[in-house]
Amino acid sequence: MSLYRVAIHIVPRRGLLDPQGKAVSDALHALGFSGVRETRIGRFVVLEIEAGDAMEADAAVREMCERLLANPVTEDFEIEGVHAIEGAHAT
Amino acid sequence: MKFGIVTFPGSNCDYDAYHAVIDQLGERAVYLWHKSRDLEGVDVVILPGGFSYGDYLRAGAIARFSPIMHEVASHARRGGPVIGICNGFQILCEAHLLPGALMRNSGLKFVSKPVHLRVENTDTLFTHRYEPGQVLRMPIAHGEGRYVADRATLERLDNEGRVVFRYVDAHGGLTAEANPNGSLHAIAGIVSAEGNVLGMMPHPERAVEPILGSVDGLGIFHSVLERVAA
Repeated sequence: MSLYRVAIHIVPRRGLLDPQGKAVSDALHALGFSGVRETRIGRFVVLEIEAGDAMEADAAVREMCERLLANPVTEDFEIEGVHAIEGAHAT
Repeated sequence: MKFGIVTFPGSNCDYDAYHAVIDQLGERAVYLWHKSRDLEGVDVVILPGGFSYGDYLRAGAIARFSPIMHEVASHARRGGPVIGICNGFQILCEAHLLPGALMRNSGLKFVSKPVHLRVENTDTLFTHRYEPGQVLRMPIAHGEGRYVADRATLERLDNEGRVVFRYVDAHGGLTAEANPNGSLHAIAGIVSAEGNVLGMMPHPERAVEPILGSVDGLGIFHSVLERVAA
């Protein structure tokens, strides 16, 4: 078993109103960033997980996202990367 | 009749529900601790308002895994009545006992004020004591009450008469201003396909005696009382 660090992005589903994102878009426009078309604000989750290999870690995290970390009705998630933590071997 | 009121860490309307049942209905009620696995023979389960588990991750997302929720789901599958109010509605959606989800209010603010609701279907376990189209007044108090669901789900809810309450103005009219949180189709409350699970963002338990400014919430309790006792 090895230890992996996994980063997950969870954002409101495109097409659903994200009032927080809209408020931030408006503020960015006020600052002069007129090119901003859309802002969506979500969560960034980093977790460390023991797994046999990176694929196993990825599969487990995908299931976590589907069952708890993201709400399939309102949110999309993206697993950014699965990185082995050097020198850390789970016991 | 015996009501069971589930207390999660962070529930804060459990006593209001208890008061409504004991003092206004004159029925029995017990608190059910979230770690319990025993519904203690209750006839009706109430998931009260509040901020269970601090609304961590998403409102209701963690509460759904409490041991008591396993029993609540079994009770619901047996056809037992379940009423989820505010945070209770959020928990029921997260637990997939009701479809859809509750998102951040479109205006971003926490909204605490009386609103008007129109009774959309009086042929349910929870609303048969109301008149069709009756306009009720009761409070809301939430930051995440914007009901959303995909188009197919919304159509199904409409076609099956499962939208029981909509936000309206004082005259019963559907207006954008009367929708306090941007809920799709102005949905304030829905029931499950089998009709025995009700979820609603407004607080009927805070509208049960004149000193509270409204008695319009009593109809829900009397409706379920009459059916279950019969």
